[in-house]
Amino acid sequence: MIETIEIEVTAVAVTGAEPPAAEPPTATRAEVALGLSHFKEANERVRAALARADEVAVTDAHAQRYLGCALPAGKRLAIGGTPGNDLGCYLDGGAIEVFGDGQDQVGNTMNAGSITIHGRCGDAAGYALRGGTILVRDECGWRAGIHMKEYERKRPALVIGGDAGAFLGEYMAGGVIVLGGEPGPYVGSGMHGGVIYLRRPLAADAVTSGLVQAPATEEDVPGLAELIGAYNEAFAGEGPPLPAPDGGWWCLRPASARPYGSLYAH
Amino acid sequence: MMDCVLPRYKVLRDHDQCTDCGLCARTCANGVYRRPREGGPIAINSKRCVNCQRCVVFCPAEALAVTAWPQVGTGSANWTLEAMQDIARQAQTGGVLLSSMGNPKPYHVYWDHLLLNASQVTNPSIDPLREPMETRVFLGSRPEIPKVNERERRVVEPLPPQLKLDVPLMFSAMSFGSISLNAQKALALAARELGTFFNVGEGGMHRDLEPFAHCAFAQVASGRFGVDAHYLNTAAAIEIKIGQGAKPGIGGHLPGEKISGEVSRTRMIPEGSDAISPAPHHDIYSIEDLRQLVFSIKEATGYRKPVAVKIAAVHNAAAIASGMARTGADIIVVDGFRGGTGAAPKRIRDAVGIPVELALAAIDQRLRDEGIRSTVSLVASGSIRNAADVVRAIALGADACSIGSAALIAMGCHQCGDCSSGRCNWGIATQRPALTERLDPEEAAERVVNLVRGWTLELQEMMGGMGINAVDSLRGNRLMLRGVGLNEKELEILGVKYAGE
Repeated sequence: MIETIEIEVTAVAVTGAEPPAAEPPTATRAEVALGLSHFKEANERVRAALARADEVAVTDAHAQRYLGCALPAGKRLAIGGTPGNDLGCYLDGGAIEVFGDGQDQVGNTMNAGSITIHGRCGDAAGYALRGGTILVRDECGWRAGIHMKEYERKRPALVIGGDAGAFLGEYMAGGVIVLGGEPGPYVGSGMHGGVIYLRRPLAADAVTSGLVQAPATEEDVPGLAELIGAYNEAFAGEGPPLPAPDGGWWCLRPASARPYGSLYAH
Repeated sequence: MMDCVLPRYKVLRDHDQCTDCGLCARTCANGVYRRPREGGPIAINSKRCVNCQRCVVFCPAEALAVTAWPQVGTGSANWTLEAMQDIARQAQTGGVLLSSMGNPKPYHVYWDHLLLNASQVTNPSIDPLREPMETRVFLGSRPEIPKVNERERRVVEPLPPQLKLDVPLMFSAMSFGSISLNAQKALALAARELGTFFNVGEGGMHRDLEPFAHCAFAQVASGRFGVDAHYLNTAAAIEIKIGQGAKPGIGGHLPGEKISGEVSRTRMIPEGSDAISPAPHHDIYSIEDLRQLVFSIKEATGYRKPVAVKIAAVHNAAAIASGMARTGADIIVVDGFRGGTGAAPKRIRDAVGIPVELALAAIDQRLRDEGIRSTVSLVASGSIRNAADVVRAIALGADACSIGSAALIAMGCHQCGDCSSGRCNWGIATQRPALTERLDPEEAAERVVNLVRGWTLELQEMMGGMGINAVDSLRGNRLMLRGVGLNEKELEILGVKYAGE
């Protein structure tokens, strides 16, 4: 059952006003066409639809920002068109699938859940990604995976099928990046945790100081297999699959969790 | 390598008074005092002394005092002992000199050049002990013209979210990691008691602080430590940290040895690895991008929480603030170069940024000139030392002030400036359990509450003297200020007349 939901945009919240109580979902699936609506109106409509259905198809997106902002577990957005910046920011367990390209900061400060992009995305994808998985079929812009971090049982992953811009994994403090294409310069600058998997080794002088490059080992295979499997399943038939986890991957890891430990004179 | 670094302080012990009780040795985490294995009186190693004064305060015999190391410089006003010691330290290590707290250099403290008015004969002064004085302020964006139904006496169009402060004072952002959880708890308890707000800083919100979330600012810095939907929605307001007065252009860097299990869980980062939040947010390269982050937070919180943006007071602060006011931010926080920090490169602390007095006056004037002052609230911080500074800041245009150092001093901080070592004997800027347990949150909160209560009484007295009975009437009221010892340019920027004019 597909139900199109339209609601009026509410005005700015009153001081101390409580959020409207969410009605239990009454439909399994809903559809919202965004057209040229402003992001505020667009997100209001998407949230209203999500309050009534666990799965919402967003169509005709025209760069509206923040779609899927803080989407909780159990909710799913399928987006047609081009979602704007900060897609899935603070994502909190929900699933987002984009049938098109993403713009900048896909999954900004994402906590849990998944984002799948059948296309490319812009800069700073997975900024401060802390949990969950982002799959990007094609290439991505600069600074993907910047500030990615892991803690306790959270271990985020970012898989990019194509090339990446400069500063991939900058300041990375945890998690996994898998890159199917070629990285730009300054890979892992300031990296002090986590791992970046590459198809081919970097030239020795292209390895950022403080990082150690080595062939992926047997210990890398299970984790890598899971992510490669997820990528190949999500994008089956859309392009070349990523090669097998034991097919000659390389990895970059930081030599120290304290890259700037000796920077200061006390 | 040859060690040319001299002690900074000399510990003096009055042998007649000393009872050799050994409390000094037990209290000093820096290892100044040590009882020799073979017994005998406690030996003193002055080189380790940072002048935190814990031993002096606690010595039951009043036998201890700390003095400056008696070595004189050569007499050169250029190659001072400090300048040469800095070189010695770097020649030995090749590192960046690290320091703490705010800019200590003898730059003009403009507060001390601004005198307050009092009514005489005309416009009578008000006695705050007997007449009502309003110290309550609201922070948030105001519509240009509020639509009011006068018959029903209510605002027709909902206002943007507002914070209610019973006193025009909040506590500055100090993270768990830079200060202890007990110090944060003290600020939380004090904020709740006083009807104002504390700020958890960029290190996330420890679960023990969640009961105080209704009086907490949650901070979002470039490392996004501890930031998730729950964090944003739990707090009363959110502050985006762009800059900090003590280290403009420099980000946060909490060394791995301070990332304990609790700090790791609260920041949501790996244990033991450095917590790095560089100055740039790499999703903000422009005012337009700042607007994007402001609205991502508003979207995540249903437009129910005010969003503040904090910048360091720098050269173009007024133009920057003008841009910030157009990003949808509800509150602008400007932090002057005397604002404290747990750690900053010494050269940055001592040479970068400007006094908050000048930045505040320039920002307020710029926003007024552009007709957008009411769209944002303005908070000033960066060494507010007493109630007169609060009055001056409000008269220069602030809606409220934030205090950090003053609140810590109330808890016991003696401004030794050694926060980055993690050996704070007062249990404030440390994560060592043996030290943090020295700070009782309840008692520390009581001291902070007492301080703010005292300041509030003084604020009321000074306002009353001016014939003003509400903070709202003092805000931007620069006619209540006169300058002394200032040149014409300084008077122009501060927007005040000279004393006698």
